[in-house]
Amino acid sequence: MTDTPAIVPPESTSAGPSDVDRMRSMTRRSFATGGIAALAGVGGWTWLQTRPFADGIPSPFRQMHRFNEQIGRALFSTSHLAPEFPRSRAGNPRVNGRIGWQKDFPDAEGWRLSVEIPGAPARRFALSEMTRLPRTELVAEFKCVEGWSQVVQWSGWRFSDFLTGFGLLPPASAPFALLATPGAGYTAALDLPSLLHPQTLLCDTMNGEPLTPSHGAPLRLVLPVKYGIKNIKWLSSIRFESARTTDYWTSRGYDWYAGL
Amino acid sequence: MSLRLQAKHPRLVRWSHWINAPLLFILIWSGLMILWADDGYELRWGNLLLIRFFPDWFYRTLGLEHRLAVGMAWHFFFMWLFVVNGILYLTYTFLSGEWRDLLPNSKTPRQAWQVVLHDLKLRKAAPEQDGKFNGAQRFAYTGVLVMAIGSVVTGLAIWKPTQLAWLTSLLGGYRAARAEHFALMLGYVVFFVVHLTQVIRAGWNNFRAMVTGYELVPVQESQP
Repeated sequence: MTDTPAIVPPESTSAGPSDVDRMRSMTRRSFATGGIAALAGVGGWTWLQTRPFADGIPSPFRQMHRFNEQIGRALFSTSHLAPEFPRSRAGNPRVNGRIGWQKDFPDAEGWRLSVEIPGAPARRFALSEMTRLPRTELVAEFKCVEGWSQVVQWSGWRFSDFLTGFGLLPPASAPFALLATPGAGYTAALDLPSLLHPQTLLCDTMNGEPLTPSHGAPLRLVLPVKYGIKNIKWLSSIRFESARTTDYWTSRGYDWYAGL
Repeated sequence: MSLRLQAKHPRLVRWSHWINAPLLFILIWSGLMILWADDGYELRWGNLLLIRFFPDWFYRTLGLEHRLAVGMAWHFFFMWLFVVNGILYLTYTFLSGEWRDLLPNSKTPRQAWQVVLHDLKLRKAAPEQDGKFNGAQRFAYTGVLVMAIGSVVTGLAIWKPTQLAWLTSLLGGYRAARAEHFALMLGYVVFFVVHLTQVIRAGWNNFRAMVTGYELVPVQESQP
């Protein structure tokens, strides 16, 4: 409501006092608006934090991870390679997790990698059968979700060579995979395009030496297009699936895609 | 002498400023949760360790420990609001001509020096100023905008270091880009401390202008 006196007294015609009054009402209005906006912000924050949880975090955050994944997938291409480095830059990565490791793991000779594709019987491979595939080497920066990174020299077999070489390419209806350690103490869920990336390797060697148990002997997955949490150690089973499943770290609040 | 209303900060500038404040806070807070998982940046003077980012008590006191997943969830959510808010602000500032009051010009170095001398009580006269901001403000506000762009660029480089490998290597690699992203955060904290001090020193009329958009300025009454 604005009060405009019908007859303006001469002394208030100077701009001064009326501007001070206008400032006063404007200040009230603006601070009220600001207060409401601040309350709306607090309300929005409370709303976010109280949504039902999806895999360890409130669902809007999970949806945002999915949105970011869409961007990651749109940018993804097999021709975009993670930078490679000279062998001299390579060093040993930290030993971070022993989750999934067990004392009674079979040795390299007894190790089997099983592959399950929907609608087909499971197949099991001994490491000695891998020698049919061409060996390949990769010196790339391993990036842990914690933030540290280390250039490492890996060698083994391209995952895509493994799938094509043994006729294991899954049908288009099964574009996801769940990879696990024996007994599934640790699991990593992955999308097929990342698995087929030319720098995705099944590794038995790190920095020129056979893998040590703490780095995943006798067989681990290495893919520089993902954080370390997806570079599963002690790999013993791969199950292709039509829908994505959660995995060890996703169920603890981390992004399912974890793409780099 | 009487007081007259004078428009100072346009509406969009005020909204984006006040929206930015909590967004930056959330991004720093969640960034610290992420940093906790692999910290250890240090500030050294020769062999002398000045500060370690951060000692354990820092994380413990603020409740930032063992919250990497939460930190990442918040960081990768609120980064978009920060980017959208920043794009709106920059677009407006450049289309409206507000940048003329903001970017340093040829007089800015001299005026900024006057502000320094004035604030250190080495100069009595108020610093010269053309437009809304003095020289120090032009430098500081332009600087913090450049930093914001830097945070987005270094952030992209560590978010997508494969697809944007050219950017990551331009910044000196993944580790360097991460350290730069962190250093920029420290820059915001320094900016915030100076900014807050100067806002308090400048007083109510100046602060109110960032809320209402208007300032009351004295008018010299002309003698008949």
